[in-house]
Amino acid sequence: MAAELLRESYEIQGKNYDKAGEVSGEIKVLLRDLGIDAVNMRRVVIVAYEGEMNVVMYAHRGTLTLVLTDRDINLEIRDEGPGIPDIGLALEEGYSTASDEMREMGFGFGMGLPNMKKNSDEFRIESEVGKGTFVFAKIRLNANA
Amino acid sequence: MKLHEIRDLLQCEVLAGEDDLSVDIHQVVASDGMSEILAFAKSRELMITGLTNIQSIRTADIAGVSAVLYCRGKRPDKKVIDFAKEKRIPVLATKMVMFDICGVLYNQGLKGVS
Repeated sequence: MAAELLRESYEIQGKNYDKAGEVSGEIKVLLRDLGIDAVNMRRVVIVAYEGEMNVVMYAHRGTLTLVLTDRDINLEIRDEGPGIPDIGLALEEGYSTASDEMREMGFGFGMGLPNMKKNSDEFRIESEVGKGTFVFAKIRLNANA
Repeated sequence: MKLHEIRDLLQCEVLAGEDDLSVDIHQVVASDGMSEILAFAKSRELMITGLTNIQSIRTADIAGVSAVLYCRGKRPDKKVIDFAKEKRIPVLATKMVMFDICGVLYNQGLKGVS
């Protein structure tokens, strides 16, 4: 059993594009201060940022929880939003349901979830249409050091 | 190639990081799609984009690129430039279009990331 060293939760506001990415920026500073190596830090913040953007773009609100253990970093992103009807399709690179507004922000080209999966050692999505989505991502600290 | 050489070559205006132009650039990542930058940047590249909102600098910070170059005469607003200064990311702007910028830099020996 991995020993939990740190647990931080961050609120994410849906549709607030001005603040979009602030949580991930904070996480980057936190991980750097903790001395996490650059490669793993980069993977974690990319997963966090893409996840945060998804919450901002699609959901009403959400929470990102970062759990650091002596072996890995886990990200749990839970939102209240429309949910994902077909998770398999959403994970296909290039598939997108983004609006023009989202694309103007530079997102919504069907790479967000694939990027998150690619940068994770374990990746899981659960979703209920009309309720919300839960994303779990694990980045192992020894895997890429 | 030094960032100040790129500034001269592409006739750039420096919007942030005037004192940090001695950074060495070996690779370039160019896109208006931020997820594409995140997917391909390995860190320390020059990021070329026509997207000038706050997400361009957030993406640059998250991806760990060395500098941002805005193309086709696009200019970010002051809030975006201030944010880049806070994150210590040099920001350049040129009137050249992305295709021409990439062509010029490629001819100078810079490579893309894949």
